[in-house]
Amino acid sequence: MERYQRQIILSQFGPEGQAKLADAKVLVVGAGGLGCPVLMYLAAAGVGHLGIVDQDVVSLSNLQRQVLYKTEDVGLPKVERAEQYLLEMNPDVKVTSYFTYLTTENALEIVHDYDIIVDASDNFPTRYLVNDACVLLDKVLVYGAVSNFEGQVAVFNADLGDDKRSSNYRDIFPNPPMDNEIGNCAEIGVLGVLPGTIGCIQASEVIKLITGIGKPLVNQLQTVNLLTNQWQTFNIHASTETRPLIPDDTISFKNNDYSLACGPLQKMEIGAADFQAYFDKEDVVFVDVREAFEKPEIDFFHHKKYPLSNWEKEVPSFQEGTIILFCQSGKRSLEAAKKLSQIYKDKEIFSLKNGILSWHNNHKIISNEPY
Amino acid sequence: MRIKILLFGQLKERLGADFIEIEGVMDSDLLMVKLKSEFPVLSEISFRVAVDKNLISEKVVLSEKSEVALLPPFSGG
Repeated sequence: MERYQRQIILSQFGPEGQAKLADAKVLVVGAGGLGCPVLMYLAAAGVGHLGIVDQDVVSLSNLQRQVLYKTEDVGLPKVERAEQYLLEMNPDVKVTSYFTYLTTENALEIVHDYDIIVDASDNFPTRYLVNDACVLLDKVLVYGAVSNFEGQVAVFNADLGDDKRSSNYRDIFPNPPMDNEIGNCAEIGVLGVLPGTIGCIQASEVIKLITGIGKPLVNQLQTVNLLTNQWQTFNIHASTETRPLIPDDTISFKNNDYSLACGPLQKMEIGAADFQAYFDKEDVVFVDVREAFEKPEIDFFHHKKYPLSNWEKEVPSFQEGTIILFCQSGKRSLEAAKKLSQIYKDKEIFSLKNGILSWHNNHKIISNEPY
Repeated sequence: MRIKILLFGQLKERLGADFIEIEGVMDSDLLMVKLKSEFPVLSEISFRVAVDKNLISEKVVLSEKSEVALLPPFSGG
């Protein structure tokens, strides 16, 4: 208990607070800019069980804000590096890693095992999916998001007693914006201290919720501007009108297409099964847009290598009628697909959703014979 | 009557300002009509309106002292 002595001596916290933390199970969705500080502070404080969901690998451009990772971690799965770091930092903590993105298929099963969920994701489809899963399973959700120099934090779906729950994300923003309305962090700039600050507020809300101290941001949206140091709190309320937008049972949740809900451009994405179906077709080219050093090396099917970093200088040209792009996690290939679709109006252009890592782990062909 | 409207997130960049001012609107419905005609970009982007720190979902009467804020969703993390 010496480890936690400085928080145990807080009168509102005490040994009871510490015991509550040790018993708590918290799931952090996303191990990026927000997820890193959330995980580090919750592990340091002694939260008994932390779950981490992410299918991304560490890249060099992550390191200015994703402070769990070292330069030598580049190319390695974030959940694996995060788990090792957190266990070395505090062996009291149990860590469960999920090397996957949250999907309609796996979300309910994963979320079910935790008391509090932290939305530390970086895209709208995941934010709506996490929100709806939490409403469906009666879980408290600690939301955080950033844009340029500003952040938002809120506590959603908190238990108010008498079978009542506080407002959720859809009470603020009922439907996802279209794909081109609002940028994500891969496209817009961000100072590392911004997700650091917002992630720390999220961690603080989690600790308050577990131990029952203070006033969490229930029915409130906190905005933070690091340039002006203006912190503002807006009141929000649960609305009966938004409830029908949330699937009300497991089957309708699984059938809800969260990626399509985020705009027509997402239709460029194809899943692993469709991806594989193109192996046998004619007039198709597969394109790896990853950098030359990125692993795993793919030798299961013929493909061309055009790293996206070179596309600024020259966008590659293609003769084939169908172009199928892939990268590590599906983000860069989608960006490449959008670029190509502006050039080639008559071709079919697809990006492998969730990337080659997911395909490699789940769907790879057993034989080493190249197609 | 002049009302000051605080901009958040990407709305700051899209409108190139931290706040805007609108003249002669008595309530939040009229405010939205005038805002969208003066700043067409506001029709292309989703956001919520807060008056005096409360997110509104129906018409609210405005006064010169009203604090209006336009809040877009953020996706970054």
